[in-house]
Amino acid sequence: MRALIVLAAMLVAPALAGDADYAALRADLVDEVRAYAGYAGDDPFSDDVLATLGRVERHRFVPPGQVRYAYENRPLPIGHGQTISQPYIVALMTDLLEPGEDDVVLEVGTGSGYQAAVLAELVGHVYTIEIIEALATSAGERLQGLGYDNVTTRLGDGYYGWEEHAPFDSIIVTAAASHVPPPLIEQLKPGGRMVIPIGARFMTQLLLLLEKGDDGEVVTRQIGAVRFVPLTGEH
Amino acid sequence: MRRLLIATLLVSAAAIGYEILLMRVLSIVQWHHFAYMIISLALLGYGASGTFIAVLRSRLEPRFELAFAGSALSFSISMVVCFILAQRVRFNALEIVWDSGQFLNLAVLYLAFFVPFFFAACCIGLAFTCRGSESSRIYFFDLFGAGLGAVLVIALLFAVSPQTALVLLAVLPLLGSILVASTLAVRLPLGAAQFAWLLLLAVGVPQAHLELRISEYKGLNQALEVVDSRILDQSSSPLGLITVVDSPFVPVRHAPGLSFGTRHIPPPQLAVFTDADGMSAITRFDGRPESVAYLGDMTAALPFALLEEPAVLVLGSGTGADVLMALYHDASRIDAVELNPQMSELVANTFADFAGHIYDDPRVTVVTAEARGFVARRGGAYDVIQIGLLDSFGASGAGVQALNESYIYTVEALIDYLDDLAPGGFLAITRWIKMPPRDSVKLIATAIEALRQSGVSEPGRRIAMIRSWNTSTLLVKRGDITPTEIDRIKAFSRSRSFDTAWLPGMRAEDANRYNRLPRPFVHEAAVALLGDNAGDFLDRYKFYVEPATDDRPYFFHFFRWRTLPEVMTLRKAGGAGLIEWGYLVLVATLLQAAALGLALILVPLALAKQAWPAGAGRNFGFYFLLLGLAFLFVEMAFIQKFTLFLGNPLYSVAVVLSGFLLFAGLGSAASERLARRLRWPAISPVTIAVAAIVLLALLYVALLPVVFGKFIGLEDAARIVLSLALIAPLAFFMGMPFPLGMKRVVRLAPGFVPWAWGINGFASVVSAVLATLLAIEFGFNVVIVIASALYALAAWDEAATRPG
Repeated sequence: MRALIVLAAMLVAPALAGDADYAALRADLVDEVRAYAGYAGDDPFSDDVLATLGRVERHRFVPPGQVRYAYENRPLPIGHGQTISQPYIVALMTDLLEPGEDDVVLEVGTGSGYQAAVLAELVGHVYTIEIIEALATSAGERLQGLGYDNVTTRLGDGYYGWEEHAPFDSIIVTAAASHVPPPLIEQLKPGGRMVIPIGARFMTQLLLLLEKGDDGEVVTRQIGAVRFVPLTGEH
Repeated sequence: MRRLLIATLLVSAAAIGYEILLMRVLSIVQWHHFAYMIISLALLGYGASGTFIAVLRSRLEPRFELAFAGSALSFSISMVVCFILAQRVRFNALEIVWDSGQFLNLAVLYLAFFVPFFFAACCIGLAFTCRGSESSRIYFFDLFGAGLGAVLVIALLFAVSPQTALVLLAVLPLLGSILVASTLAVRLPLGAAQFAWLLLLAVGVPQAHLELRISEYKGLNQALEVVDSRILDQSSSPLGLITVVDSPFVPVRHAPGLSFGTRHIPPPQLAVFTDADGMSAITRFDGRPESVAYLGDMTAALPFALLEEPAVLVLGSGTGADVLMALYHDASRIDAVELNPQMSELVANTFADFAGHIYDDPRVTVVTAEARGFVARRGGAYDVIQIGLLDSFGASGAGVQALNESYIYTVEALIDYLDDLAPGGFLAITRWIKMPPRDSVKLIATAIEALRQSGVSEPGRRIAMIRSWNTSTLLVKRGDITPTEIDRIKAFSRSRSFDTAWLPGMRAEDANRYNRLPRPFVHEAAVALLGDNAGDFLDRYKFYVEPATDDRPYFFHFFRWRTLPEVMTLRKAGGAGLIEWGYLVLVATLLQAAALGLALILVPLALAKQAWPAGAGRNFGFYFLLLGLAFLFVEMAFIQKFTLFLGNPLYSVAVVLSGFLLFAGLGSAASERLARRLRWPAISPVTIAVAAIVLLALLYVALLPVVFGKFIGLEDAARIVLSLALIAPLAFFMGMPFPLGMKRVVRLAPGFVPWAWGINGFASVVSAVLATLLAIEFGFNVVIVIASALYALAAWDEAATRPG
């Protein structure tokens, strides 16, 4: 019987962890993400982005049943067939956007609101659009409750962007897309950046980074696990 | 006895029907590679039942009828109950890489589906054990019933939903149970249970319980989460569950590979899901070409930049996207070939107004056929053969197609397509681009091989490939690509921000301008494949990109063992998508099946030592192990081979399975006569049967491609009859070794009967999965050759252990 109680306590303990414990877990997570930074081939993640990852309380963005996994470096289900991204991917996407403190950012696909919160810590204002009503509502309330006054949420079709707040310094599209919506490219400032994750749920494998030159010319780059080079040896 | 035989037939029919039904249902609620799990599960049930009967034989034998009727009733009940329970297991295949708890869910799922097959197999095993003297008749009814079941369930799936088919199938073993029980003196509890269950099935199991619970991560459910979206139409057939979804608030806009330089926005579309995934779209067309001008800004539009008013063949026309594209580009004639008539129906009738009646256009002819069969039949001359994206990126990206045999992208297929082009015509194939590239590289390798085999000495002059950030389009010309065409391809690509991955005479620096990869991988691959060291390149590439052939038609198989450790370390750094899951699931299924099979045979082996007659294991065990392996090897290889000829995997499963079962059943019935009439006692009937099997199997390896090539143009019915005729002699002889062996066991060591049954079952469990793995690695011909060797070994073993 005693063994059972101990076992139950072990299972429940992570859910009952205090804020201090969460801060420690976050610090560990940041260390892990930092260690993997080079795998994407880019420079190390900026300190600002990592510091933000260490501040934003990811456990407040996941469903109760997932809280104990909140600081593991993996995607988690948030219901409605959606996921909260792997922290590593969030760091990478945020870093690629090169956020500036006065930037106005558009997010298509609010989901849990975690990515918006991370961005909100770093930029001037985040406008975020969600197509699933329940998620739009809960993320809006959550972000408000956590005091993110510089995030505006809306239920709507992200394909046409958010005209009245355009142009944007950067845009992040977290919903899967068969193509980059032309209106979003239009609403991106010259010199702006757009990031789109590619891959099945739980299996994001690479990111599309779209850069709009000062002359309006657009090029994309695929950012992925570039340490994985498909060819070995000389060719 | 007659009642028992009919009951055996009913149980067998239901078991095979349930097996095919579960494959269908799991393709809808999860992903299709679980089909292999189901096959191995069904066979595991047979293995386990052998063991069960062995252990309890002394208690079951005196109550044979009761045990049989009870098992049949349990089978019927568990078919429905386990189906409902399994739907409540929250298994998420996509999360398996992150959450080890999902393995537990998978195990629960596995167990749930094991139960019904166990009971079904108990019935058959009991019949063999307790009525051993009739074993060849029982075997005949068992196989004949299974053959009927395969045909029956496919017919049912055309007529009713999978859930209704389930209830109807559950009636069969119940009838079997009632038939056998009617020979008993009154057995009240059993009778009451039968009656209650019959009543429940007749009144109807509540639909809410039977409803299919589709994974929330499949496209259909994701689409239905969007505000205001709703299902407009849904139809089910063995070819798939087709669902049409309208989303007025957030309209669907499916335009893979659309240039980001385009000024044209796709009009609203209806989403069409096959088996709740693999989205394609019906595009709204109001008759004004400018409303669909975006169709000119996709990579797949490239051939139309090179030809005026071409005659076009669209292979896999699906929901009409490529037909609309051809119409937009003023094609003079369009033949649209689609395998699934439900798809064509949506565009032609159900949503014809929405789709702008494009299938009523006099230039368009819609044909229901499989691509390869159609191309071989018509021999027409087309200027463009267009093969668009037939699958979704999700499926492609997650590597779950690895086990899908596809005869569309093989070397032989490309040779056929090129033959069907007019001089100067283009074959255009569009694929998703994965990172690092896989499909596009394999496609170039396949095209080069096809051209070489057609006698073209410089394939590089006939190939062009362009790419956007997520699609690539390959052109293969019948003739050399001209300088004018090269200029047009360059202009087309530049104005749409597409990159050229390969063009005759192109410069490497042009390969990576707009959609930049860490390196110009596809271009480098093309250069290497066209050079002198192509073999080296194929060996060194970290994905498997050697061309697929008709003998190994696994275009989507990219997995390489040596890459796995590296990929696993990159998992936490966004590398999870690099893992090719399909292959690993198959390997896991094999290990799981082998482990469980061993446990279920070895554990009771230890428990029931006394029931094991001295020397029987050595004398008979090996024989039944070999037969189990060999039979399934041949059957699996033939199912795959005939898929090409019959044009549809489902027809192939039905025809080959029922053909094998039926003719093997006849062979089994005839085996006794053969044994009786054999006047030359020095040669065993097993040797004769095996000699015939080996001869025929090897003959087929050599002759089938020729026969298929000659007759693939025939109508469906003629090809089905021909297939059955081809299968008949081989299956007839394959039906003999098992009952002949059984007969020997009954005579010499009756206690070994359930063991023989169990060992044979265990071998089958392993064999079904192993056959597929071997086919992926070495091709179907090798699988058949191995099977022949196994049969020969069995005959040798039988001869060596014959007394005197």
